[in-house]
Amino acid sequence: MMSNLTGAERTTAMTIAGFGALIGLAMAAAGHGDPMGVHGWIVLAFFGVLFFIVASALYSPEPVEDRALSYYDDPTKVGIILALIWAVVGMFMGVWVASQLAWPDLRFEGAWSGFGRLRPVHTSGVIFGFGGNALIATSYHIMQRTSRARMPGQISPWFVLLGFNLFCILAASGYVMGVTQSKEYAEAEWYADIWLVVVWVVYFILYMRTLSRRNEPHIYVANWYYLSFILVVAILHIVNNLAVPASWTGAKSYSLFSGVQDAMTQWWYGHNAVAFFLTTGFLGMLYYFLPKRAGRPIYSYRLSILSFWGIVFFYIWVGSHHLHYTALPHWVQTLGMTFSVMLLVPSWASAGNALMTLNGAWGKVRDDATLRFMMMAAVFYGLSTFEGSFMAIRPVNGLSHYTDWTVGHVHAGAMGWVALITFGSIYALTPVLWRRETMYSWKAVEWHFWLALSGTVIYVFSMWNSGIIQGLMWRTYTETGTLKFSFVDSLVAMHPYYIARAFGGLLFLTGACICLWNVVMTILHVPQKAPELDYPTSSEAMEPALPAAE
Amino acid sequence: MFKTILKPFAKLFDFQARTHYRMERHSMALTAGIIVAASIGGFVEIAPLFSIDDTVEDVPDMRIYTPLEQAGRDIYIREGCYACHSQMIRSLRDEVERYGPYSLAVESKYDHPMLWGSKRTGPDLARVGDKFSDDWQVRHLVNPRNLVPESVMPQYAFLLETELKTSDMPGRLAALRAVGVPYTDEMIENAENDMKGQARPETEAADAVMDRYGDDTAVRFFDGRRDRVTEMDAVVAYLQILGNLTDLAQTSQPQAEE
Ligand code: HEC
Ligand code: HEM
Ligand code: HEM
Repeated sequence: MMSNLTGAERTTAMTIAGFGALIGLAMAAAGHGDPMGVHGWIVLAFFGVLFFIVASALYSPEPVEDRALSYYDDPTKVGIILALIWAVVGMFMGVWVASQLAWPDLRFEGAWSGFGRLRPVHTSGVIFGFGGNALIATSYHIMQRTSRARMPGQISPWFVLLGFNLFCILAASGYVMGVTQSKEYAEAEWYADIWLVVVWVVYFILYMRTLSRRNEPHIYVANWYYLSFILVVAILHIVNNLAVPASWTGAKSYSLFSGVQDAMTQWWYGHNAVAFFLTTGFLGMLYYFLPKRAGRPIYSYRLSILSFWGIVFFYIWVGSHHLHYTALPHWVQTLGMTFSVMLLVPSWASAGNALMTLNGAWGKVRDDATLRFMMMAAVFYGLSTFEGSFMAIRPVNGLSHYTDWTVGHVHAGAMGWVALITFGSIYALTPVLWRRETMYSWKAVEWHFWLALSGTVIYVFSMWNSGIIQGLMWRTYTETGTLKFSFVDSLVAMHPYYIARAFGGLLFLTGACICLWNVVMTILHVPQKAPELDYPTSSEAMEPALPAAE
Repeated sequence: MFKTILKPFAKLFDFQARTHYRMERHSMALTAGIIVAASIGGFVEIAPLFSIDDTVEDVPDMRIYTPLEQAGRDIYIREGCYACHSQMIRSLRDEVERYGPYSLAVESKYDHPMLWGSKRTGPDLARVGDKFSDDWQVRHLVNPRNLVPESVMPQYAFLLETELKTSDMPGRLAALRAVGVPYTDEMIENAENDMKGQARPETEAADAVMDRYGDDTAVRFFDGRRDRVTEMDAVVAYLQILGNLTDLAQTSQPQAEE
C-alpha cells in the first residue's frame, strides 16, 4: 500500500494523522467525564495507529514507474474489505436486535445492550458502514474506469475513505454509550456531523477533479448517479443536523427545529437518505457492473438518464408520506403522496432498464451467480418501489404506518436491493481489483446467493404478515363497537413472526460471512492474472470502457 | 416491448438526448442541475411550515418542561425509547379510542427534536401521563415482565440506582433557549436546584419550582426513594407530563363516545 506513495506524500499523510491525533487529545481533555471524552480517545487511537503505519514505512522504497499509467486501486481494495467487515458487524447487530424482540432478555446486564441503543448500531452499521464503504469503494473504481483516468490525489482518496470510517466508528460507539440525536439515520452527534461534512467536501472535490481529467468526452451515466448521491447527501446532512450543542465539552445537542417543522425536516432527510444513499448510488453500481458483467450494453441509455432526472426531482417531495394523518398540514401530506405515486415511473424505468439489459443473456444469468445477484437486486428494487408507492397512499399508510409492514418494506429494499447489488458488484470487482483469475470458490458464491435470497424472502414475508396482522388487530372492533384487541394481544401475535425474521436474518448473515471468507481466500490463494486494458488510455480507438450503448 | 410503449415520446426523447448530450460534457452543469432539481421540493414543502401561521395552534397556556422533565426526556432519547414508542396519535378513529385525542402540532412545539417516532413495537406514549401511578411506572421500568409477562420491552432497573447528573442542566436549558424555548435567566440559573426540588416535596426547593413553573407542577418522590434523586425520578416525571402540557386537545376535540 505504502509503496504507491512518494516520500512527500507520506509526510503529508503523517502530518494529517498527527493533526487528527491532536484533535483527539483535545477532545479527550475537554470532554473528560462525558462520552465526548471517550470519543476523544477513540479519535486519538485511530489517528495514532495511522500515524505509526505511515511512519514505519516512511523510508521504504518509493514508486519508480509512472503512476499515471495505472489506476489507483489501493483505497478501493481497502474499502471493499471494510464494507464486508461492516456488513458482518451490522448484520450481526440486526440478528441480535431481531432476537431481542423475540426473546427480550437476550442481552447483557449493562444499559448499553438494550434494544433502543443497539438498533441504531444496526441501522448505521449496515447503511453507512456497509453501504457507505461499498459506495465509496465502487465509486473510486467506476469514476476512474469510465473516465479512463487515474484519480488526481494519492492522499485524498484515503482521507475520504478512512475519515468516513472514523465517522462510522464514532456513530456506532456513541449509540452504545447513549450518545444520539434520536433522528433516525442521523443519530450521530454534532462533532461527528461536522467531521462528516469535512470528509464529504473532500469527496466531492476528488470526484470532480477525477471527472475533469477524463479522457472521454462524455460522463458515463453511473457517474451521474454517484454525483447526485454525493451532492444531495451533503445538503440533507447539513440541514437536518443543524443543532445547538449544550456545551462545547459535551456530546449533547438540541435540534434547531422542533415539532412539526422538525418532523418534516427529519423525514425530508429520512426519505432522501433512502433516495440518495440507498438508491442513486447503488443505481450507479448497477449501471456499471450489470452491463459489464452481462457483456451487453444498457438497454436504453436515454431511459437511464431520463429516470435519473425523474428520481432526483420527484424523491425530494415524498418525505411527508412518513407523516400521514399526523399534525403535519394536510396539503403537505397530499403533495408527498402524489409525488410518491409518480415516483414509481422513473423507479420502474430503472428496474425495467436493468432487466431488459439482461434480455438475451438469460443463459448467463442461469449459470453465473454474480449476475443473478444483480438481476435479483433489480427485481427487488422494482418490488420495493412498487410497495413504497402503494404504502404512500394515505389510507394504505393508515394501516401500514407504525407496523412491521414498514420494516418489511425497508428490508425488501435494503436486503433485496441494496445488499444484493452490492454483493454482486463485489464478486464482479474482486478478481479485477486484485488481478486474480477468478473468485476462490464459485460454489460459495452460489451458496451465498441462495442463502441471501431465502433469508430475504423469509424476512420480508414474515414482516408483511406480522405488519398486516398488527395493523388489522389495532383497528378491529367488536360488534358492540369497542376495540377488540388490547395492545398486548397484538404483541403476542407477533411472536412467531419475530422468530422467523431472526432466522431469515441469520441465513442472510451467514451469506455475508461466506462472502468475506471467499474474498479473503481469493486474495490469498488464487493465481494472479492481469485483466486486459485495465489502465488509463486516451485513445478512443480502444475498446470502450463499457459495452457500447446505442 | 418497451420501445413500442415509448414510441409516442420519441420527440421528447430526441430533444432531451440532444441537449443532454451537450450537458454531459460539463460536470459543473451537471452539478448545478442536480442541486436545482433536488432543492425545489424541499423548499416548497418546508419553508411554508415556518411562515404559515396556522401550522401550529396558538396556545397561551402551553407549558414548558421543567428541568427534571427535560432531563427525563434526554434520558428517554439516550435509551432509545423512541425506537419502540411513538408520540403521535393520528386522527384515525381507532387510535383516538385507544390512546386519546389525536395529537396537535402545538403539543410538540417545544420538543427539540420531536419524538413522533415511526414504529410502535410498544404503545403510543403521547398521552401516557397520569395513565398509571408513579409506582406502576417505576416497577414497569425496573422489569416490564413483572407487570406484563408478554412484554418485550427491555428492563431499565439501572435507572433506579443511577444518581441524576444535574451539573450540565443549566447549559442544556441555555441551549434550548437558543433554539426557541422560553426559559428565563432565573430558570437557567436555578436549574440544578429545581431538578432536585421537584423530586423532594415539602422543601423550600420544591416551592421554588412551583413558583417558577406553575402551581400545577407535579412535585413528588417519583421513584419512591427519599434518599436521593435518581434518573428514574426524571424519566417518570417526564412520562407523567406527556399529554399534559396543554389541555387544548381535550377541550377542542369531541370525546369519543363511551
Ligand atoms: C423493544 C422495544 C421497547 C423499548 C426500547 C421500550 N419499550 Fe416501553 N414498551 C414496549 C412494549 C412492547 C410495551 C407494551 C407491554 C408493556 O406494557 O410492557 C411497552 C410499554 C411501555 C409503557 C406502558 C404504556 C401503556 O400505555 O401501557 C411505558 C410507559 C413505556 N413502555 C415506557 C418506556 C420507556 C420510558 C422506555 C425507555 C426507557 C421504553 N418504554 C423502551 C416496548 C419497548
Ligand atoms: C442480517 C440481516 C438483517 C436483520 C436480521 C435485520 C434486522 C432488523 C431489525 C430487527 C430491525 C428493527 C425493526 C424494528 O424496530 O421493529 C431493523 C431495522 C432496520 N434495518 Fe435491518 N436487518 C438486517 C439487514 C439489514 C440491511 C442489509 C439493511 C440496509 C442496508 C438494513 C436496514 C435497516 C433499516 C433502515 C432499519 C430501520 C427500519 C425502520 O425504522 O423502519 N437491515 N433491522
Ligand atoms: C418509489 C420508491 C419508494 C417509495 C414511494 C417508498 C415509500 C415509503 C413509505 C410510504 C414508507 C412508510 C413510511 C411510514 O409509514 O412511516 C417507507 C419507509 C421506508 N422506506 Fe421506502 N419507498 C420507496 C423505495 C424504497 C427503497 C428502494 C428503499 C431502500 C432501501 C426504501 C427504504 C425505506 C426505509 C428505510 C423506510 C423506513 C423509514 C423509517 O420509518 O425509519 N424505500 N417508504
